[in-house]
Amino acid sequence: MPASDELIHLESITKVYGTGDGTVAALQDFSLSVASGESLAVMGPSGSGKSTLMNILGCLDTPTSGRYWFAGQDVSRLNETELAHVRNRRIGFVFQQFQLLPKLSAWRNVELPLLYRNVRDRRSLALQALEQVGLTNRVDHRPSQLSGGQQQRVAIARALVTNPDLILADEPTGNLDTASSRDVLAVIRELNEQGRTIIIITHDPEVAPVAKRTVHVRDGRLVEQVAA
Amino acid sequence: MSLLKTIETGLRSLLGHRLRSVLTTLGILFGVAAVIATVGIGQASSDSVTARITSLGTNLLTISAGSSVSAGVFGGAGSANTLTMSDVQGLQDKQSAPDIQAVAPVSQGRESIVSAAANWSTTVSGSTDGWLVTNTRTMGSGIFFSANDVATRAQVIVLGSTTASNLGAGVGDIVMVKQIPYQVIGVLAPTGSQGFGTQDDLGVVPITTAQDELFGGGVQRILLSATSAGTIGSAYLEANQILLQTHHLSDPSQADFTITTQTQVLSTASAVTQTLTILLASVAAISLLVGGIGVMNIMLVSVTERTSEIGLRKALGATPVDLFRQFVIEAGMLTALGGLLGVATGLAVGYVVPRAANIAVTITPLPVLVAVGVAVVVGLVFGVYPALRAARLAPIEALRAQ
Repeated sequence: MPASDELIHLESITKVYGTGDGTVAALQDFSLSVASGESLAVMGPSGSGKSTLMNILGCLDTPTSGRYWFAGQDVSRLNETELAHVRNRRIGFVFQQFQLLPKLSAWRNVELPLLYRNVRDRRSLALQALEQVGLTNRVDHRPSQLSGGQQQRVAIARALVTNPDLILADEPTGNLDTASSRDVLAVIRELNEQGRTIIIITHDPEVAPVAKRTVHVRDGRLVEQVAA
Repeated sequence: MSLLKTIETGLRSLLGHRLRSVLTTLGILFGVAAVIATVGIGQASSDSVTARITSLGTNLLTISAGSSVSAGVFGGAGSANTLTMSDVQGLQDKQSAPDIQAVAPVSQGRESIVSAAANWSTTVSGSTDGWLVTNTRTMGSGIFFSANDVATRAQVIVLGSTTASNLGAGVGDIVMVKQIPYQVIGVLAPTGSQGFGTQDDLGVVPITTAQDELFGGGVQRILLSATSAGTIGSAYLEANQILLQTHHLSDPSQADFTITTQTQVLSTASAVTQTLTILLASVAAISLLVGGIGVMNIMLVSVTERTSEIGLRKALGATPVDLFRQFVIEAGMLTALGGLLGVATGLAVGYVVPRAANIAVTITPLPVLVAVGVAVVVGLVFGVYPALRAARLAPIEALRAQ
């Protein structure tokens, strides 16, 4: 059972892909806990299982075995609809490819998660989130009219708008130049300083220091934990 | 996601692919328009057949020679010439036939009528003075021939209004049929019926004259009119009884004549036009189905194209039900749009065709509503499979697609 201040508690998680002889274990006997308000960087080379870890942490996929408690709730056996509700209410995603819808303006993109929980005043919530990432003057711009760094900040606003327990960023600077990367990482650090739990998945050693704690994944196992 | 928001999102995505959306709706458009137009044409022709038959008078009974199928023996209606003038006299007996108001034997053929001005080919009937009443006609000018004219084999003719004007002949003029002169003594009031089977293009002469000079001795049909619509049944029984007697038949199943009422003719005719309408409408309905398959096709393309969008929406908290609804509603909107445009096209066809091609079209609300309803249902049904595909996509794989 997780301790009371733990937001995330993974217990002996195994994720196996494929069936019969062609099975591949992407995660093996993986345990991890993250306290509320913590910032964590998950590092590892490609093929290490960190993407699988991110999918499970983000409730996009369920483990083959083991338990996952998120904010005290066992989410490892939920069905698709229940997982969708957990993602919508408790987790904000930031992707490497930004994943903005090209035909919608910045604030319409930020509004998206709110559409799936019938919130009123969506526009004012979206504008607040855009203000937090410093894009007040870009709210009606389409993604194509924004720079890469600005697009990623729109994506962060979209992750923030539901006031989630966790922000999960998957290679958030992977498609950005150095200056934009610094920008985006500054926003992420600031969010953590305001008390929000952050997990960054990355293979970039320059990104990891943004988090106070770093863990490494290799061959589907947790290999070392370094306190910053 | 709220329904309103779902519809708005669907509209946005359809507007994002304007040309594709319009092309997809074309299939539905033509299907709906075809259903409306064909049912409209069928309805109009059924109305006009009904009107034409009703205008002959609902009191009318027609006796024709030969029997219909009875007791398994087919007599061949009209094949034997079994009706005679003595049958006519029997039917005119008020004692044994109190419910028969008027009797008119008819023998007819196609003849050329020659006037001073023109030569016109039309249907010439030989009949008696009862013709006017049994056919519920009135005179436009002049008089109809009398019983006396029939008895004396008078060389007189009554013309339909169209025939008279085509011949340039009026009351008092002489016209020739088979080189024998007839005096025009009357012209019938026009009925207004047009086209094939008009009742304004004809000539009527005394049947005795016709038998001598045109068609020989027989009587092809006998027209009867009952005293009222309510006495058709008893008039039928009386006529049947009299003819069995005059034909010396003791067994009714051996009858060598057939009596039909207007109601029978009417129901046969409307059954025929109804079958035709259903046939035409089914062909049109098939094009609706084909349109539906087109919608399914384009929705599948749309799901494939928007895989990463679907993945993103799922990551942000859209449930499978949300996505299913999204795509079904989009398909429904496509076909609803096609349906509405189809109604507009169908109404336009209903307006243009009667003016351009002299084909009547009667548009009634029911087929319009049914066609649009079916179109929307087709969209929802054919949208189900693509929508299920969208709902079942795994979010991680969908996100990875790009």
